[in-house]
Amino acid sequence: MELAFSPSEEIFRQEVRAWLLENVPSNAMPSGDTREGFEAHIDWERRLFDARLAVVSWPKEFGGRDASLWEWIIFEEEYYRAGAPQRVTQNGIFLLAPSIFQFGTPEQQERFLPKMASGEETWCQGWSEPDAGSDLAAVSSRAVRDEAAGGWRLSGQKTWTTRGAFCTHLFGLFRTDPDAQRHHGLTYLLVPLDTPGVTVRGFGRLDGDEGFAEVFFEDAFVSDDFVLGEVNSGWGVAMATAGSERGLTLRSPGRFTATADRLLALWREHGDPKDTQLRDAVTQAWIDTEAYRLQTLGVVTTLSKGGHAGPEASMVKIFWSELDVRLHELAMRILGPRAEVAETAWAKGWQFALSGPIYAGTNEIQRNVVAERVLGLPRK
Amino acid sequence: MDFAFSEDQLSFRDAVRDLLTRECTASVVRDAWSNADGRSGQVWDLLAEMGVLGILAPEVDGGLGMTMIDLVLLIEECGRVALPEPIIEHAVVCAPIIGGVVSGSRTVTSFIGGSPFALYADSCEVALVERDRRLFTVERAALRLTPETAVDGSRRLSTLEWSDSDATEVGGPLEAVAAFDRGALGAAALLLGLSHRMLEMSVEYASERRQFGAPIGSFQAIKHHLANARIALEFARPLVTRAAYSLSVGDPDASTHVSMAKAQASDAAMLTSEHALQCHGAIGYSYEYDLHMWMKRVWALSSSWGDAGLHRARVAKAVL
Repeated sequence: MELAFSPSEEIFRQEVRAWLLENVPSNAMPSGDTREGFEAHIDWERRLFDARLAVVSWPKEFGGRDASLWEWIIFEEEYYRAGAPQRVTQNGIFLLAPSIFQFGTPEQQERFLPKMASGEETWCQGWSEPDAGSDLAAVSSRAVRDEAAGGWRLSGQKTWTTRGAFCTHLFGLFRTDPDAQRHHGLTYLLVPLDTPGVTVRGFGRLDGDEGFAEVFFEDAFVSDDFVLGEVNSGWGVAMATAGSERGLTLRSPGRFTATADRLLALWREHGDPKDTQLRDAVTQAWIDTEAYRLQTLGVVTTLSKGGHAGPEASMVKIFWSELDVRLHELAMRILGPRAEVAETAWAKGWQFALSGPIYAGTNEIQRNVVAERVLGLPRK
Repeated sequence: MDFAFSEDQLSFRDAVRDLLTRECTASVVRDAWSNADGRSGQVWDLLAEMGVLGILAPEVDGGLGMTMIDLVLLIEECGRVALPEPIIEHAVVCAPIIGGVVSGSRTVTSFIGGSPFALYADSCEVALVERDRRLFTVERAALRLTPETAVDGSRRLSTLEWSDSDATEVGGPLEAVAAFDRGALGAAALLLGLSHRMLEMSVEYASERRQFGAPIGSFQAIKHHLANARIALEFARPLVTRAAYSLSVGDPDASTHVSMAKAQASDAAMLTSEHALQCHGAIGYSYEYDLHMWMKRVWALSSSWGDAGLHRARVAKAVL
């Protein structure tokens, strides 16, 4: 056991820290979940890419640095510590990219990854439908074979599509075998949103930003080059992506340690020392944040030695999402009547945190996964 | 960075688990509730033969001269089987201070850290005691014991009195704090082991017990209770491991790390015992069924060596 980073990892940390200190905008950008803010964030993504900091863990040929998982952890710690802008490219670089690396052809990797890394093409996730949420295998959007044109004609509707109104591309699950049931007969498709027959309608999330979209498909055509993995095998590809979302890539400890640091600073500034109940709750949130960071170090140790993240990832998803809610809830309590002011990082963050237990598979579904696949309780 | 135990540490853990599973059965624990000294009989001697009890004792004293990171998994195994012995007091708290006594054939208990009771003082030959923030040893013959009956019938408690003239000083304030930290970490590790066993019992029972024509473990209400316990343990274990590491390398923040671990392990174990009892239903509430012996040990240990509130206050002082 060794709980220190190596000298070369610390050099990497210093480089990242110095660059962020120099480059992170001093004034907060408008929300990346608005059209204006999205554009500003894409400019920021481009600067990260030019510094080869957009996708540090990717191979050099696609714009990365071949950074190890440890360096990626360090990058994230520094990124959040510096208060750098939200990553509006995250659904592409963190969710879709791992699946393209795993299932994509060399041509697809060359076609999609560099533009994803630079922010030139931005990706949203097309899974949920009006009648398929927690029950993802109930998707009914269809893709019908067009043999003559060498591709697929899409129809149906996706919804709750984060930043769908601003992104250029969507990745999603479509039913390609109408006779197959549930998770059979689905195909993972990559869809440019400017395709004729695709209509996107943005709508407000809890905080009022236009961060959600509905996406309608009416006889929209995509060619065979845009199928990821095998036809009718999309479920397996999607589950690999879901593993990324629930597991490591989207929720590095850096995000929560930065929030916990801000919470402690808020307590020191505004907390009532006589309120020992609130003091203990703040302390417990700090302990939980440390537990999350350390648990991740254990997972990364396993992955670095060639192991895999199994269904335990569901425990991680439950824990970070509920921790994030708790951290913000405590900030609201410390702020008291001041918490009502809308345009503060805490008020925005609080509203965003509330989505955590819902998206990426609700925590109720995740608890079923923990019970059945970690503990071995019977499905029926 | 390598946050994992070594192959050697894991295989020692496996060997201790094999021994304890074979020798420290639930009936051994049950016997300890009614026998003369509340203890396991030969299991203690077998652990001594394996070297477990002297891991922290210096080599010059006949111990193994190893550190807490080598011991923490073994203590957890002792928790898994609810070993009725002064394992924390003897092997974790006293071994580094009075290694010669620990490595000999005599058993040591402790009465430190503001605890109102000593455990198994009637059957231990020596006690490590604290007065005015200094540590002393006192021979059994020089101690006046006032016994107290515990909810966990295997925990033989007593308050101790002694004369200063019978006490031999073995450490000052720094050693006293370090001894308390080791005790708290030991309790946290025991709590993890006890909790994992309670969770196993609950999963086994919920998979077999049928109501409404199905195993009760197939119902979401049961699943979510047990998943919550599993998650609480998942995010207690790394804090316990880190605290053991910090004690081993002498990290200046080791006391804070120990307090994080003990607070988290106490809360996780209490949650697990509540859910385990609820998922068992009436059978879990019966005296004949084994679960209560694990639960009652958890109740005792979650508030011994500082409860979650005391340890959170220690963390608050350090980080807020």
